[in-house]
Amino acid sequence: MKIKQTAEAGALVSNDVLVTVTPNEEGGVQVQLETKNVISKQFGNQLQQVVKDKVAEMGVEDVVVKVQDKGALNYTIRARVQTALERALV
Amino acid sequence: MKRRRSLLIISGNNPRELQDAPVFEPDGVIIDLDKRVDPQEKDSARNLVKEALGFLDYSNVEVLVVVNPADTEDGKKDIELIARAKPGAFIIPKASPTILKEVGEVLTKIEKEEGFSEGEIDIIPVVRRAIEIERVNELIGVSSRVTGIWFDGDGLMEEFGTERSKIGDELLYPRGRIAIACRAAGINAIDTIFTDGDDLEGLNKDALNAKRFGYTGKLAIDGRQVDTLNEIFD
Repeated sequence: MKIKQTAEAGALVSNDVLVTVTPNEEGGVQVQLETKNVISKQFGNQLQQVVKDKVAEMGVEDVVVKVQDKGALNYTIRARVQTALERALV
Repeated sequence: MKRRRSLLIISGNNPRELQDAPVFEPDGVIIDLDKRVDPQEKDSARNLVKEALGFLDYSNVEVLVVVNPADTEDGKKDIELIARAKPGAFIIPKASPTILKEVGEVLTKIEKEEGFSEGEIDIIPVVRRAIEIERVNELIGVSSRVTGIWFDGDGLMEEFGTERSKIGDELLYPRGRIAIACRAAGINAIDTIFTDGDDLEGLNKDALNAKRFGYTGKLAIDGRQVDTLNEIFD
């Protein structure tokens, strides 16, 4: 399944995350993570995996997922990625 | 009867509140998908709550979810998705006997599909409008899932085009009528919110008054209200 438009979900507030999804014309799933350096160093790979797992779970291909993290836990990232993708699929 | 002395209400679209709410040790956390979520964020909140219930530790509190009115598209989606995470109860605004019956049937279907015990998920109608106050016994009698009524005094004042006073004389009749109906049916009577989160003395008075009316618990809008409510309704 491919998305046809850009969509976002979440918010730039503490404990939340703003997720923006856009079609990836080069193909594949690309995650762009923006978070505090300390979090990126320690948990960057894990956060990327959480995003990729959700994208795979929804069967979406060829997407760029921009993740602007404000200290969100995994469940919030999963929920916001899902909502952004659902909005982009409409 | 379930212990529902203090029910802390939070927005279903706020991760911080979802994470913090159990820390205050209320008997229940009410996650609101209705009035505390902007119309354009209903889908986002629904997904967030579903993920939160599978991830966060709510083992020491009952989870109650306020859905959008059950005859709307959002209300139907709320129930369909969240019921599978097995909340303790759904709180149903703008309820009628017909709507409650339909919600009960949907829950029975989902409970079967998910392998839950039948009738495990409770229903708590919000009694907010005059029509609901008049029909409170009918609402209670619809199903054995109805284990409580939440009286929303602010909602009634909204219908009348006015606001509550701090003393609350204007609510004497509906407050009393609902408490007696619940007491006679052996279910929880859950009192309206005390809106000033900073006035603990006022809360104390209001909650004591509610207990004298026959209420078994009350909503909290701030974690600091929980201890007072647990003590008074104990």
